[in-house]
Amino acid sequence: MTWPDAVYGVLRERDTRQFAYVPDSGHRRLIDLAHDDPDVRAIPLTCEEEGVGIVAGAHLGLSRAVLLMQSSGVGNCVNFLSLIQHCAFPFLTLVTMRGEFGEQNPWQFAMGRAVEPTFHAMRVATLRADAPDDVVPVVEAAIGMVDRGGQAVAVLLGQRLLGAKKFGQ
Amino acid sequence: MDRREAVARLLGDSGALVVTGLGNAANDVAALTDQGDHVFAMDGAMGAAVSVGLGLALAQPERRVVVVTGDGELLMNLGTLATVAVQQPANLTVICLDNAAYELTGGQATHTAHGVDLAGVALAAGWPAALTVGGPGDLDAARKLVDADGLAFVLVKVDPGNTPYDRLDRNGQSIRLRFRRALAGDAHLD
Repeated sequence: MTWPDAVYGVLRERDTRQFAYVPDSGHRRLIDLAHDDPDVRAIPLTCEEEGVGIVAGAHLGLSRAVLLMQSSGVGNCVNFLSLIQHCAFPFLTLVTMRGEFGEQNPWQFAMGRAVEPTFHAMRVATLRADAPDDVVPVVEAAIGMVDRGGQAVAVLLGQRLLGAKKFGQ
Repeated sequence: MDRREAVARLLGDSGALVVTGLGNAANDVAALTDQGDHVFAMDGAMGAAVSVGLGLALAQPERRVVVVTGDGELLMNLGTLATVAVQQPANLTVICLDNAAYELTGGQATHTAHGVDLAGVALAAGWPAALTVGGPGDLDAARKLVDADGLAFVLVKVDPGNTPYDRLDRNGQSIRLRFRRALAGDAHLD
């Protein structure tokens, strides 16, 4: 089983019912699995910030959600993360990283470098996974922090794990 | 139209779960309900009300969910109207109280003052029902959209002016916990 399939299993074992996402190739398998699963809602977003609101709303409704996004969308979330912090919502997001290991598109570096400072400014903890064997234990750790510990946690899926996109070849 | 009258007739005794946007919308619903436990009244995170309502509606498909917000708040994240349209939750009504102004910051004109039609945006995005309430005579039809199954958008043209409420509970953790405990019927829930 590949790590995306294993992560999907972990998220479903957690009873995640809403998968809000802005598409990214690194999340493609998770997004496909969510769309194919009759017991969950796959929710395409126009902007990542909507996913923050949806995760909060699902929690109010006694359910669980996750936000899937790419690093380039983290800055879009800041205003809505004030809702997470002020109300102490448990919050889980999985972020595929760009603008780091092997990045060839110079447009990606600015937001890639800002991901961790942005999350930390909004009091969202970050955990990283950079190798396939890391991913499931890191996601499980994050779920424990979120669902038991009541924290806001972003799992950063490193570009070394995902593979850098090749340009000009 | 008076916004407090409109909110009372659209929401009074509805039994719905309610999410509000910031400012006067929060004040109006809090004043009507004495900020009941079924009300999640946000007074910040501008633009988030509809997305919070969507997550709630999908999580609680057996309950009616009503979002009450203002035109300025909704304009900050118009994309959510498209996201809701894709999901088509059958238990969600959004009530937008449109005074065509950013009232709390001094009454500056919003885009609706220049002709942007938010009910038209909802319809174009794919909402199955959108109604504009121009006066009290339209409120009965709008109330049906609040109570009936389905997804609906209600745009209420309201008078300018602030509607203060001096007891709004702005403690985010408190209102989150009260809402969840009331919904779960479990005083010990987190």
